[in-house]
Amino acid sequence: MQSEGKSRKLLRIHRDDNVLIVVTPIRVGDGDVIDGREVVFTQDLAIGHKVAVRDIEPGEKVYKCGLPIGSAKKPISAGAHVHLHNLKSDYIATYTLDKDNVFVK
Amino acid sequence: MSSSNDPSSNSPTLQGFLRSDGRKGIRNCIVVAYLVECAHHVAREIVDSFPGQPVHLIGFGGCYPNAYADRMMNKLCTHPNVGAALLLSLGCESFNRHRLAESIAQAGRPVSTVVIQQTGGTRKSIDAGKEWVEQALQQIAQVPRTSLGVNELVVGTVCGGSDATSGISANPAVGRAFDMLVQHGAATIFEETGEMIGLEDVMSARAVRPELGRELKQSVEKAAYYYKQMGHASFAPGNADGGLTTIEEKSIGAYCKSGDSPISGLVKPGDVPRKGGLYLLDVVPDGEPRFGFPNINDNAEIAELIACGSHVILFTTGRGSVVGSAISPVIKICANPETYDRMSEDMDVNAGKILRLEASVDEVGKEIYSKVLEVASGGQSCSESLGHQEFVLTYKSFDPIGPACLPM
Repeated sequence: MQSEGKSRKLLRIHRDDNVLIVVTPIRVGDGDVIDGREVVFTQDLAIGHKVAVRDIEPGEKVYKCGLPIGSAKKPISAGAHVHLHNLKSDYIATYTLDKDNVFVK
Repeated sequence: MSSSNDPSSNSPTLQGFLRSDGRKGIRNCIVVAYLVECAHHVAREIVDSFPGQPVHLIGFGGCYPNAYADRMMNKLCTHPNVGAALLLSLGCESFNRHRLAESIAQAGRPVSTVVIQQTGGTRKSIDAGKEWVEQALQQIAQVPRTSLGVNELVVGTVCGGSDATSGISANPAVGRAFDMLVQHGAATIFEETGEMIGLEDVMSARAVRPELGRELKQSVEKAAYYYKQMGHASFAPGNADGGLTTIEEKSIGAYCKSGDSPISGLVKPGDVPRKGGLYLLDVVPDGEPRFGFPNINDNAEIAELIACGSHVILFTTGRGSVVGSAISPVIKICANPETYDRMSEDMDVNAGKILRLEASVDEVGKEIYSKVLEVASGGQSCSESLGHQEFVLTYKSFDPIGPACLPM
């Protein structure tokens, strides 16, 4: 297990993964180097969240731990946050609460 | 930590309690079991009269009969960690208290039943129960101690209050600890099939026999169907806040608790593995959904792991669960370093070190293994020392496991 670059903000779990895991809280404007590309984060990201290693096409599978965790709903650019807004399950919809505590898909 | 708990040593020997049915426990507790919600208060009053003593409250709230609940109560009251059982009946509920008392007696444990309607109401029943527990405590103090090998342990694992750190620190570390336990001959049990959705083929390939592989796959397909009928995956809002996006992603996190050992069998609640190895516990009811969600919370799963003989439970959490359990100690492995800093008193192992790059998954796996041996030798887990004894049992229905599910 090793982090990307010197920042130690992101953890790659498996060589086949196209997402990395945030292991140090990321703040807006923080920079990092992902697969040789410089990326400036446009939002805060908490530990455990995912960031794209490279550009991901709509419909493309997203891999974590070397296993597929769903498909991209829209184009995802390298360094972007990967979550409910751009990744969907290939099995069953994810239900969760939005900011107003309303259940959303 | 004693040197005998070193994972590299061959066969550490622990001290257990020898039951007359030949099984060995790592705790020696009395369960006070209510057989319907109407008897719950009386049972709780009895338990509350013995603070700091190993007197645990369990029970089933339903008035209508249920074969699953009946089997669970039978298995729990005769668990090797249980030295004696007091049953609390209102008197008119459907639960078959006679058969339960009989099977507890057959397992060689002292048992008594207080029927509230016959005893003369609340106060008289509390007094009668307290009197019996007092003498039962003296009786179980006489239970012989015996040596206990790691190969005689059953260890279950469950995750709760997961976030994405669970799947990348605590759960892989439990997987390593499971590998060590299996190497030493222990039986290890992971669950739950609802959290294996998307991983059917990967998991089936690990089965020791092709017929078992098919059973494993079918159990996950059953779970996928069941959760679709429920309209929800096993996915709580806290999971998404923690960075998990899909059920498959959560599945990978939960799945890696199983480690890398071959899968020896598939059990359902109440099936006790008779050999060492790695087992999958199928917690999803058979047939059309009848009673709602397979397990309403983490403790429903813990109770099932204990009914399968688990002496100790490895509970991984990222968001920070605090629960323990009646009957068997719960060891808490905290995945998230921030949660650990906030809630360290509740956490036995800090797997968050992995995310801070201060320890490897292997190192934390060894730490978990050592903690299992320490707790199995009588050391209190955090949830035990804080007094946690949660328990829940609800309505479910299962068909018996098929012939391909257990080792020959």
